[in-house]
Amino acid sequence: MAADGDDIVIRVHGLVNRFGEQTIHDGVDLEVRRGEVIGIVGGSGTGKSVLLRTVVGLNRPAAGSIDVLGCDIVNTTDRERRDVERRWGVLFQDGALFSSLTVAQNIQVPIKEHLRLPVRLMDEIAASKVGLVRLPESAADKFPSQLSGGMRKRAGLARALALDPEILFLDEPTAGLDPIAAADFDHLIRDLKASLGLTVFLVTHDLDSLFAICDRVAVLVDKKVRVDTLEALLRDNHPWIHSYFHGPRGRAALAAEAVREEAEGAPVSH
Amino acid sequence: MTPAATLHAADEPDGLVLEADGDWLMVTAAQLDRQLQALDLPQGRRVTVDLGRVGRLDTTGAWLVLRTEHVLATRGNSVVIANLRPSLQPVLDQVRETGHVEPLPHPIPAHHTLVGFVARIGEITLNLIHRAYRILGFTGVVSESLARAIFHPGRLRRTAILVQMERSGLDAMPITGLLSFLIGIVIAYQGADQLRRFGAEIYNVNLLGVGILRELGVLMSAIVIAGRSGSAFTAEIGTMEVNEEIDALRTLGLDPIEVLVLPRLLGLVLTLPLIVFFVDFTGLVGGALMCWAALGINFQAFLNQLQSAVSSWTMWIGVIKAPFFALIISMVGCYEGFNVTRSAESVGRLTTQSVVEAIFLVIVADAAFSIVFSVLGI
Repeated sequence: MAADGDDIVIRVHGLVNRFGEQTIHDGVDLEVRRGEVIGIVGGSGTGKSVLLRTVVGLNRPAAGSIDVLGCDIVNTTDRERRDVERRWGVLFQDGALFSSLTVAQNIQVPIKEHLRLPVRLMDEIAASKVGLVRLPESAADKFPSQLSGGMRKRAGLARALALDPEILFLDEPTAGLDPIAAADFDHLIRDLKASLGLTVFLVTHDLDSLFAICDRVAVLVDKKVRVDTLEALLRDNHPWIHSYFHGPRGRAALAAEAVREEAEGAPVSH
Repeated sequence: MTPAATLHAADEPDGLVLEADGDWLMVTAAQLDRQLQALDLPQGRRVTVDLGRVGRLDTTGAWLVLRTEHVLATRGNSVVIANLRPSLQPVLDQVRETGHVEPLPHPIPAHHTLVGFVARIGEITLNLIHRAYRILGFTGVVSESLARAIFHPGRLRRTAILVQMERSGLDAMPITGLLSFLIGIVIAYQGADQLRRFGAEIYNVNLLGVGILRELGVLMSAIVIAGRSGSAFTAEIGTMEVNEEIDALRTLGLDPIEVLVLPRLLGLVLTLPLIVFFVDFTGLVGGALMCWAALGINFQAFLNQLQSAVSSWTMWIGVIKAPFFALIISMVGCYEGFNVTRSAESVGRLTTQSVVEAIFLVIVADAAFSIVFSVLGI
């Protein structure tokens, strides 16, 4: 699903976010191309999650324009919003599964809301989504509280993928997972992105994820965003960016990625 | 434009050909499913699923293709999926990788059957017994902690007790006072209406005095406090449980019962009698006001009649019950708080449960008191 570079699915321009006296974003510009994985990084409190929430319309910006799939998110009618919401999926930090519903019912919530399908077909779809995110079949009729953190995230991902979205928003998907589960999750995202042609908007703290799956990285520094490929950012000499990528953890992730690349014989970015 | 998808079956000499056309997406899944169900499926033949004219394919469409393949294969056909556009191949492969999955069964909830109903009654009964046992255990633990605190008063957290007294007592004064004032008015008004027919208006004061001092004052205070403080106890302790704060206390060598339960328990036991006294007073003021307005009984006459109608014992009977009710409310509130599991949902559920239980137990206890008092002839 290699898309031509001009196909922009998310366009953020001049975004300003303020909470009281505090300015979080001051003129953020960001363009996300179809079919790419963009990683959003930044220190704690730089507003990574706020950026995600603003892009999906959960947070109204003080100024600026946001365009997702041709829809002006800031000033839009409810109807248009509903239409564009069908075309994206959001995975919140801890899955945000509805606790009173089973995993299968969680997956069916968006399907029921947007489409009218026979019950049996809906059960089949739910089961296939459970398989798609590599959850065991037995997880489908469990409640979120009966699942481990990693399984909850997968279930959340299955719900986000329920309507076969074009864009997938992920908020720290690997936070709180053990390294093996985190690597598996990265792998899953990469697979799904390749086969389903997803555009992935990934907010993360996890350097391994960045190196493993991101095509481009947007760094939130000085209330603005700096977007580039990893290679370019590794050479950037902004102090925060430098210490982020060249700190001990950054170096470790970089080394791990080099090993992985060697093993797989595939480059990081395409 | 809404996407459309069709399926066409053609019987050819070398086998059946299923020609798929259009967009195989979730939006078209319902119509595709209908067409697929309507197909007259062969047995032991060669079947080609021709996807050459499929424009778009998502995971649901791919699932339908694979389900058809699976159903055909189980009927002994040899199935070939042909002509899928290369760009759509990954989706099909991705879904195929998840393997064939059976639709999730929709189990009938167990209690919808007769056996389920009986089983549910049994389950509830067993739960009740189990709960009673656990509450007894909790009471034991708290009593032990309380006994230790009595022998070593230095262990009592005076500041915490005072804070609890302020929060569940002082802060509750406006609401309890206002409510009892209004209840006083209501009772006086209703009483006035009935008693006037017998020309016994003055006995309205007796009704008010005995009613409020013996029963209503303490009962109403207990109910309001159960809703206000009992729920707060459960929510506070429950939230701490969710945040692992209780475990943190334990690892720091602190006894959660001593730190969290005793101050709440003692604070409420000390405050509720005071609240009852205050509530008695405002209730009588409300009643007196109504007696004056509706029956023309002035304040002087009200007090005279009140003195002949009630003794200080009448009030004490009400106030004596307060510490017991406070005990029930705080014990239930704290106990349910400790029952919270590590989910935010259980905090809400147990908070509701704690209020309902506390009010229920308070009224049961009040009935028990009535029996005891009548046996004792008080």
